[in-house]
Amino acid sequence: MAGIYIHIPFCKQKCHYCNFFSQASTKHKQAFILALLTEIELQKDYLNGEEIKTIYLGGGTPSLLSDKEIKLIFKKISNFFEISTAVEITLEANPDDLNKEYLSKLKGTKVNRLSIGIQSFHDDDLQYLNRAHRGQQALNSIQEARLVFENLSIDLIYGIPTLNHKKWIENLNTVYQLNIPHVSAYALTVEPKTALAFFIKKGKYATVKDQSVIDHFHILCDVMESYDYEHYEISNFSKKKYHSLHNTSYWSGSKYLGLGPSAHSFNGVSRQWNIANISQYIESLQHQNIPFTREILSKQQKYNEYVMTSLRTIRGTDANYILQEFGNDLYDHFLKEVAVFLNDKKINRAVSTFTLTREGKLFADRITASLF
Amino acid sequence: MKNIRNFCIIAHIDHGKSTLADRMLEFTDTLSGRDLQNQVLDNMELERERGITIKSHAIQMEYTHKGQKYILNLIDTPGHVDFTYEVSRSIAACEGALLVVDATQGIQAQTISNLYLALEHDLEVIPVLNKMDLDNAMPEDVKDQIVDLIGCNRDDIIEVSAKTGYGVDNVIEALINKIPAPTGDPEAPLQALIFDSIFNSYRGIISYLRIMNGEIRKGDHVKFVATGKEYTAEEVGILKLKQEARSVLQAGDVGYIISGVKSSKEVRVGDTITQVDRPCANPIEGFTNIKPMVFAGMYPVDADDYEELRSSIEKLQLNDASLFYEPESSVALGFGFRCGFLGLLHMEIIQERLDREFNMDVITTVPNVSYNAYTIKGEMIEVHNPSGLPEQKYLHHIEEPYIIAQVISKTEYIGSIMKLCIDKRGTLKNQVYLTTDRVEVTFELPLGEIVFDFYDKLKSISRGYASFDYHPSEYKPANLSRLDILLNGEKVDALSTLIHRDNAYDFGRKMCVKLKELIPRQQFDVAIQAAIGTKIIARETVRALRKDVTAKCYGGDITRKRKLLEKQKKGKKRMRQVGNVEIPQQAFLAVLKMD
Repeated sequence: MAGIYIHIPFCKQKCHYCNFFSQASTKHKQAFILALLTEIELQKDYLNGEEIKTIYLGGGTPSLLSDKEIKLIFKKISNFFEISTAVEITLEANPDDLNKEYLSKLKGTKVNRLSIGIQSFHDDDLQYLNRAHRGQQALNSIQEARLVFENLSIDLIYGIPTLNHKKWIENLNTVYQLNIPHVSAYALTVEPKTALAFFIKKGKYATVKDQSVIDHFHILCDVMESYDYEHYEISNFSKKKYHSLHNTSYWSGSKYLGLGPSAHSFNGVSRQWNIANISQYIESLQHQNIPFTREILSKQQKYNEYVMTSLRTIRGTDANYILQEFGNDLYDHFLKEVAVFLNDKKINRAVSTFTLTREGKLFADRITASLF
Repeated sequence: MKNIRNFCIIAHIDHGKSTLADRMLEFTDTLSGRDLQNQVLDNMELERERGITIKSHAIQMEYTHKGQKYILNLIDTPGHVDFTYEVSRSIAACEGALLVVDATQGIQAQTISNLYLALEHDLEVIPVLNKMDLDNAMPEDVKDQIVDLIGCNRDDIIEVSAKTGYGVDNVIEALINKIPAPTGDPEAPLQALIFDSIFNSYRGIISYLRIMNGEIRKGDHVKFVATGKEYTAEEVGILKLKQEARSVLQAGDVGYIISGVKSSKEVRVGDTITQVDRPCANPIEGFTNIKPMVFAGMYPVDADDYEELRSSIEKLQLNDASLFYEPESSVALGFGFRCGFLGLLHMEIIQERLDREFNMDVITTVPNVSYNAYTIKGEMIEVHNPSGLPEQKYLHHIEEPYIIAQVISKTEYIGSIMKLCIDKRGTLKNQVYLTTDRVEVTFELPLGEIVFDFYDKLKSISRGYASFDYHPSEYKPANLSRLDILLNGEKVDALSTLIHRDNAYDFGRKMCVKLKELIPRQQFDVAIQAAIGTKIIARETVRALRKDVTAKCYGGDITRKRKLLEKQKKGKKRMRQVGNVEIPQQAFLAVLKMD
């Protein structure tokens, strides 16, 4: 199984917490699409003819693309890649773009799944995050989208200083009431060099409190469990059969091709990433060059990535797989290092599979680093 | 002998000593431009980079003047306060000195103390004003300072630019005309002064010497007076760009001897060499068994490297006899060494040489001085490590070493400098205006106060202008307490310090605050306590880490996060554990980073 990720680096406005690469102007959109089409063709052999099971348009804000632009991109992809009949094609969208008209146009493209950046249904949270939409718009967009797309996902953020327990539970209840089959719920993270980090440092914005994040995480797990969602990755919940194929491909070591500035690709051996600069990306592709940096992964690095990604999922980390793929030494190392976490109940073991307990999920990074 | 001139150069760091030496070597055709790897005399990479001379060097030049051939022996001196004794021995080997002063900066504290050493040894001093090519040279002001200081004639001061070579001929002529030829009796029993030694991996220790009286021949049976050891002179010779063997060295000569000495400890700077068969009546005056002044623990970052660290330190000691070490173990740091240094710079140099020449990564603990602890039974114990202090109930009193420090600065900074010295428990001994805007203050200070952060603070309050020099004075009773640091109730021996009782509370509190910054959050609360004896005087808490998880992990996040966690893992491996608390290396130097 292989996937394609396309990075659309434009936004109407920058959200304060966001450290993804994007520009709050669509000035270069035309030239960007041309460059993207060139990159698709240049990369036609990257996935070695493997069948494409998922395509994901992320960003930035892909819902700033018109249906025509989206069709153009898909046409180019299908010219050069073998697309599965069961392909999952996701478009990330902001609620403020999802009106009736745009949705019906999207229906005419090959997009069959929407991932909507809701974040919260409350205005004060949205203001703290500097989102372009309001709570009511969030609700409306989902209701409208429901009429056109059955396969929906929404993003929510918790740990926001303005979000109390009650409001968080309300947000989660809304997810259930609207029958949304997939939710990505992220703890608000203050990334360095973001506007949020700056405002917090200046004392203009309230800081994110560990305790709220921890409380919200437990509420999230409890509520979603009670509504029968599967907690299939640290930040992802879904109804049966609605796991995101695309996300899962990242956590299972599948190959993927990333297109557009700052996009990452992985072919099983090396990882490469395009330059995070729109003008330079465009200019380089005008000369038929993809501006990227590559790293070849060592056995230790591959092991590290396997542990880091698999441990986050419900599938867990398989010691037998480690033995098979990485040999005796890393197998012994893994079993030795994991013992302490089994002991203090941060990790569960079922035969050869190791998964994080709920408490363990709160320390996933620290645990992962110890297992390296 | 009448055509020999033995001289040294006295200068402050960066006043152009090594550049002037290079120009003289060129001028006398001792070496050509292509031999010149900028500043021949500073042949250690570290010396060139820092612009200071760490080891003494010597080089012989030949020059024909008015039809007469002269031999000019330049004995270079170490350029830092820590090496005053070595400087005094180099000076003792000379009859004259060039006093090099930077025309843009004027006289500095260190220049003055070395100048006094030269005058004490009755050296003929030739004043040289360097950097005359620079626009900001102020020759008249600086000449005033020089005239005030040594009472010479204004006209005797030679203007030079070592950079361009201007005036170097005048310097050479002055050397020949003004510096007296060595006096000494070639017929008398051998009396040779060791002013330095270096280690050569094939030949062992090579001692540099000046023959004061008598002569030494290859094959002679000689004795080193201070150590009492006897050797055969396997080789003697003079020091050109390379060593050149000779069959004999005579009174007045500067050269080297190779005598099968394996350990640098057997060659003491200042010792006298004489003949076994016909010994001199008295050794040369001024020999002192120098003792390390500053001590610190040095531990391998990776505990497995202990043996490697030992062999690295051993090798360093071969060409640096002033480095002292003994094995030591610490609960926090494992096995390592307590090392003794001449001063702080010496410590820094050793640390850097371990890193550069041996690729050894070491954790250095907070430095301390050597204390004399007297027990109630009247025994005196030398304490090199705060944790080695006898328990309070057996302790009668402690004495700590004092120094006499000279600081020269512009007058505008003198207020802050006085405050700093007084805060460091100093007493003002003297205050002299060198010129209307330059003042020299002399303080008596406990050395223990200098080893922390005195020098950095002095530089910062004087915007880098103050210069500082010191020499040890005496031991005096001290009102000191041992301050211990406890992490979750466990004492961290490597963090103990001896501190003046009046400063202990403030110090303990600051220490806890700093450690709170440096110790990362763990899975449980970490209590940081400062204690004197059983009494807790300050406390801080590093709160437990309640969560540590990345929200998103897709595409590019994977690489970024993996690298971050790999770094975290590496850092964790280098941490030290006391009880259940993990301590990063920087924490062991916390005390040096306090405000």
